Formats: sequence, structure tokens, C-alpha cells
Amino acid sequence: MTRFVSLVLLPLGLAAIGVVLIWTFYLAATGEAGARLADLALARVPETGVSNPVTSVLLNYRAYDTLLELAVLLAALLGIWSLGPAAPGFQRGGEILQGMVDWFVPLLILAAGYMLWVGAYAPGGAFQAGALLGSAGVMLALAGYPSAGLPSERLLRLLSILGILAFCLVGLVLMVLGLGFLTYPPELAKWLILLIETGATLAIGVTLAAAYLGGRPDHTSEVDAP
Amino acid sequence: MTTTLLAAFDILLSLTLLALAAAALTSAEPRRAVILFIAFGLVLALVWARLRAPDLALAEAAIGAGLSGALLLAATRRAKAHTKEGASGSPEGQP
Repeated sequence: MTRFVSLVLLPLGLAAIGVVLIWTFYLAATGEAGARLADLALARVPETGVSNPVTSVLLNYRAYDTLLELAVLLAALLGIWSLGPAAPGFQRGGEILQGMVDWFVPLLILAAGYMLWVGAYAPGGAFQAGALLGSAGVMLALAGYPSAGLPSERLLRLLSILGILAFCLVGLVLMVLGLGFLTYPPELAKWLILLIETGATLAIGVTLAAAYLGGRPDHTSEVDAP
Repeated sequence: MTTTLLAAFDILLSLTLLALAAAALTSAEPRRAVILFIAFGLVLALVWARLRAPDLALAEAAIGAGLSGALLLAATRRAKAHTKEGASGSPEGQP
């Protein structure tokens, strides 16, 4: 049975995937795709509340996708937490590493705030800002802070769902007001997007740092501030 | 002149990317593979920048190379500890 799978089914499946990929590439490279949405989308960017086309796609046109991405991140974190307690952390870094961390962590947090704000009109946004926050946590963990600067378990749980919470609350309030789920009114769009992105940034940063620690948060451990 | 120079740079980038991908995939040692993967991510960030997608370049450098690399390194560290435990535990009759 396993021989049948490995000798017949697997090569056939791989060949089918290959044919589909080649066919797709051929169509994309040569075929007449008809009217594309890019022009229409680009023409209406001013109505989305932000002037960076990438952010307008991620948080306005396709906000659903971003919401689901945050859900995927949360699911990954839950999976990591279900694996049991975290491994013992690193030993405390030496003087030089400690000094570097003391300088870098505030700078990374500042850069994350900048990245979040600048995402409205230039490359940047919630995911990049969250990654910077997460890397600040990784740096603290490597320097020997056992909780990587993360808050206590109760607050950590709240922070890790903050992105989805902000998204869903905004969507539901808009639904109650008679608009569609995540259909922002143009005059409020900028602030709603900023609100969602702030929540998402905190959630992504906390999720990535907690994922680096690995394992369930220890609810008996004390908070250690950087 | 500038276009030929840029084209040469692009070709060099693509070849480096392919070579790093092949090296990371065929590396026998997990730790080495992860480090090659991080290098791959950094070169890929340059490629995105050359394709005029600075958003993707930022995300790739920060998440693809930086944080995924850190997570994978932590995973290899754990996997090593795990296999060592398993190897020392197996003579006791554990399957």
C-alpha cells in the first residue's frame, strides 16, 4: 500500500501540480487577462483614508484577509502554548550585551511606532511594526530576561488577541450603524485604520516574542521590566 | 551603462538567491540550513527592493529573515536537546 502511494500516487500528484503551475504561468505570461482591477483600485485610493496603496489594500479593500492573517498568527501561538512549558531561558548577558540591549530595545520600540504611523503614506504598516516589537522581545530573551519583557499572563492573553478584537469590534460597530462589515465611511477611515493597526501591531509583536520564548507562559513568574 | 550594470547586479542577485536556496535545502546539518535560510531571506529582501516592492522588502527582512530565522534557530536548539534526551533514554527499553 505504501509502495503504491510512493510509486504511483505521489509522482502523479506532483505531476498534476506541476502541470497546473505551468498552465497558470503560461496564462499569466501570454493570455489576455481582460480588465484588471488595479486601475480602479488605484483611482479610489484617496477614499480609503490612507495614501499608501499597499496599506489601502491590506486594511481597506481586503481587510478580511488581514483579519484572517491575524487569526492564523493567534492559532500558531495557541499551538505553541499547547506544547507545554517553555524551555529554560538564556543566562544573563555580559556587560557589553546588556548595554547594547539597553540602547536597542527603546530604539526598536520607537522605530515600531514610527513604522506604524508612516504606513499610512509610505512603506510600513502593522506587520513590519509588529515584527520590530517582536524582535525587541527576542533581543531581551537572548540577553537573559526570562519573560522577554512580556507582561503577566493575564495581560499577555489580552494583548495577543488585541488585533482581532479591534478588527471585529470595528466591523461589528460598522454593521450596527448600517454599513457592511469593515466597510469604513471615508471620513472616519483614517482613524479606524489607525486604531486597527495599533491593536494589530501590539498583537503581532507580543505573539512573535511569545512564540520565540515557546511554551506556555508561566503564570507564577514575576514581571521583569527591561 | 547604468542599465547594464543594474542588469548584471540583478543576474548576480538571482544566481545568489538560487545558490542559497539550493544550499539551504541540501544542507545536512539543521543549524547550517537555518543560517543559510536567513541569508536567503536577506538576499530575497534585496530582490524585492529591486522589484520596487519596498513593503515586501521590509516585511521579508524583518519577518522572513529576522524573526523566522530566530524561531528556526530556537527550534533546532530544542530539537537537538530532544534527540539527545531520546538517545540517552532508548537503552532503558523505551521504544
